[in-house]
Amino acid sequence: MKPTNIGGHDYFHKVVDCQWACPAHTPVPEYIRLIAAGHYSDAYMINWRSNVFPGILGRVCDRPCEPACRRGRVDKEPVAICRLKRVAADLKDDITGRLPRPAKTNGKRIACVGAGPASLTVARDLAVLGYQITVFDNGARPGGMMRSQIPKFRLPDDVIDEECGYIIGLGVETRYNQWIGSLRELMAEGWDAVFVGTGAPRGRDAPIPGREEAAKHIHIGIDWLANVAFGHTTKISKRVIVLGGGNTAMDCCRSARRLGGDDVKVIVRSGFEEMKASPWEKEEAIHEGIPIINMRVPKEFRHENGRLTGVLFEIVRAEYDGKGRRSLIPTGEPDEFHECDEVLVAIGQENAFPWIEKDIGLEFDKWDMPVLNEKTLQSTLPNVFFGGDAALGPKNIITAAAQGHEAAISIDLFCRGKKLNDRPPPQFNLVSQKMGIHEWSYDNQVSEEERKKVPVKALEKTLKDIKLELELGFDPFMACAEAERCLNCDVETVFTGKTCIECDACVDICPTECITFTANGEEDDLRGRLKAPAKNNDQALYVSEDLKTGRVMVKDENICLHCGMCAERCPTGAWDMQKFFMQCAEAGTEAKRT
Amino acid sequence: MTYLAKPKLLRADAPRNTLGYTRRDYEGAISTLCAGCGHDSISAAVVQACFDLDIEPHKVAKLSGIGCSSKTPDYFLGASHGFNTTHGRMPSVLTGAALANRDLTYLGVSGDGDSASIGIGQFAHAMRRGVNMTYIVENNGVYGLTKGQFSATADKGSKSKRGVVNNDTPIDLVALALQLGASYVARSFSGDKEQLIPLIKGALRHRGPAFIDVVSPCVTFNNHPGSTKSYDYVREHNDAVNRLDVILPRDQINTTYAPGTLRRIVQHDGSILHLRKLDTDYDPSDRVGAMNYLQERHALGEIVTGLLYVDSSAEDLHRYLNTVEKPLNQLGDAYLCPGSKALDALNASLR
Repeated sequence: MKPTNIGGHDYFHKVVDCQWACPAHTPVPEYIRLIAAGHYSDAYMINWRSNVFPGILGRVCDRPCEPACRRGRVDKEPVAICRLKRVAADLKDDITGRLPRPAKTNGKRIACVGAGPASLTVARDLAVLGYQITVFDNGARPGGMMRSQIPKFRLPDDVIDEECGYIIGLGVETRYNQWIGSLRELMAEGWDAVFVGTGAPRGRDAPIPGREEAAKHIHIGIDWLANVAFGHTTKISKRVIVLGGGNTAMDCCRSARRLGGDDVKVIVRSGFEEMKASPWEKEEAIHEGIPIINMRVPKEFRHENGRLTGVLFEIVRAEYDGKGRRSLIPTGEPDEFHECDEVLVAIGQENAFPWIEKDIGLEFDKWDMPVLNEKTLQSTLPNVFFGGDAALGPKNIITAAAQGHEAAISIDLFCRGKKLNDRPPPQFNLVSQKMGIHEWSYDNQVSEEERKKVPVKALEKTLKDIKLELELGFDPFMACAEAERCLNCDVETVFTGKTCIECDACVDICPTECITFTANGEEDDLRGRLKAPAKNNDQALYVSEDLKTGRVMVKDENICLHCGMCAERCPTGAWDMQKFFMQCAEAGTEAKRT
Repeated sequence: MTYLAKPKLLRADAPRNTLGYTRRDYEGAISTLCAGCGHDSISAAVVQACFDLDIEPHKVAKLSGIGCSSKTPDYFLGASHGFNTTHGRMPSVLTGAALANRDLTYLGVSGDGDSASIGIGQFAHAMRRGVNMTYIVENNGVYGLTKGQFSATADKGSKSKRGVVNNDTPIDLVALALQLGASYVARSFSGDKEQLIPLIKGALRHRGPAFIDVVSPCVTFNNHPGSTKSYDYVREHNDAVNRLDVILPRDQINTTYAPGTLRRIVQHDGSILHLRKLDTDYDPSDRVGAMNYLQERHALGEIVTGLLYVDSSAEDLHRYLNTVEKPLNQLGDAYLCPGSKALDALNASLR
């Protein structure tokens, strides 16, 4: 193998698995260290810059970072990254003084359609550069789907108000209760650019027999959740079936449980493991006494005199073809009937752009999705950009924020007449953390504590009040203990071959045996020859240049604990622990560089 | 050196031996030697060898004298019996322990000062008596604890870190061991674990005195140009005569070698030593030949390494003294004090 290029940001970024997995590339270990040190406001601001909604995401993020967390490879569970983020939001001081000030106007006017996370991110990034932003939304308050679809017991309104308020406070003009019915008309108003962040507002239906007849008792999940969120729906029948296995289904069943549903079940086509819902959301539903029944395909809504009596299901099993595609094969067992009074259909969301005229030059693909450049998020109308669920299909809040940042960069480049593909690079640096012979500026002692569980309010209480937030959040002591579990993967092991005397001290001390000195070879061969075979092909090997004996140093980053023992044991300083800090470019970054 | 304990977190796929232990279970306390010390590599090799051999840690007694080298038993086999003796007295304490309990595996760890200076008499007699032990000398040619004076194994003409030339003739412990009757004699280098680990494994499974001289650079005081025990010098002048593989009776042998390139030696416990010849026609069963070869190469400035001599049919001290098989602490009162009748019979037999 060739020596690893550690000059750019890519190699070391990938070692910080959580940051790599985060769509917005939040510098996770950095803010976790700040939380451990009690610097909650600093931790909050690092988050705020990257993901805009730390308080919201600290409660309801999809957490792509946690399955990626290296701790999960050497311990039972990963670091509770998401809930630590909430700690930063909960325990911070007043940070209004740290927020950027609205800049002097540059005369450019941008319309953002929808007041969800993508639009608000665009607004924030551009408002501070002097753009005049106007956000349109048909609702009365900002937040979009974060407000309308996430139950209040998971995400209280005041958290949404606070974090949306920081953005609106940057001088963003808001036009609430205004439905944009025509993109043509909007564009005729002469905006310099239009950003579409309208989400995926249409819930998929289950068009099976009985749907029409029992329509009064069958609700589309996301619409029902919105009605609950805004107080239009305040109760539900005793027996409820939720169809679907995603996070919306979990929100539906748990909301139903709080509005009078005593006998709430989730019935899903797929197996338990393949359900789209995050594992923790499934756990929470089960914790609230909601059974999840798998491998059942709904066949018919049964009804009597316009009243729903139950749902008939076909029992299936999953079969996979050679390419891993799943098909559901009926097992031949008799169909199963589940009685119920109401059904919530949460089997998926779709995009809908009825307000975008087909003849204005904005192309749609065969799935009725706008044709976009996936990197710049520019549509075929050069001054119209998309982001969030509206852009590339429904995903999650953190992806919406990440796309908002990208769209903001594009809009800024577009308005300045620059090429959209010349995107500003991330800013990063790599700095030694050595303070003394065995002193580092980070706590390199690896905590052996188990993951802390977030304390919750008593179930009896929370099941009675749909607005009562279930989780209490970590207190400072729990937060510190949990933060200490972080392995500091951003403090990188940097190797200098020239100074190495090949004494093996690092090999001998490494607790997880990730360092090997051996003859070079092809990657597959090398991976098998290491002191501990490197089986995770997604994580690159760190290969040095040829050393004095003709061998190379090969490090498998996969299970490195970043304990710094290799560097402490190295007699010549060939190993050093250096902090890699990277933040994605913001709109306007390029302009600031000289 | 670090003062933090090694984190206990393990990789999920950490290998386990037939006893269910991981390599980490054979480690000891965190080393307080200088960073980069060759001795730490030797400790790691001992850990690996004991792991590979499925040795039960509580069946090992590790004894040492005084010095940097003699600190190292604290850094491996934390669950084994240990004894730090007075300076140079490890061999006699070990001999006593071995006589009292032959069920344990005895590992003596010493240094060039501990064995070639103050303890040279002890070393010599342990070898000639045939004590069943593994005797490892961690040989760096200097007194590290007292800031780097030449030891008795420093080569004539080699230079200290301050530039002083050594005028004394060195003691070659391997040559002494060969002459004094050790039945397993090897030399290795702390920077070459591929060679060192099998040599330790073979020694631990050998009956009789097994001696390994491990050249182990002192990074702080003896790793400079002019030293003959530096990483660079040893790598440049290493004349390895063979490569050893230790094969346990339970292992399957599925490698083949060209005729004449492999020597197969069965030890008394059934373990097999596979010696792969390197570039020379070295015969590890020829004691006199071995001594001559060592002298010749040493004169050329080469350091001969590998398994230099082995006699798998050798006897040991227990056989010579006809000692009781059971450990003394397991002999019951009735056996140790057979009563007045037995005493009368004994007295009668001597009249």
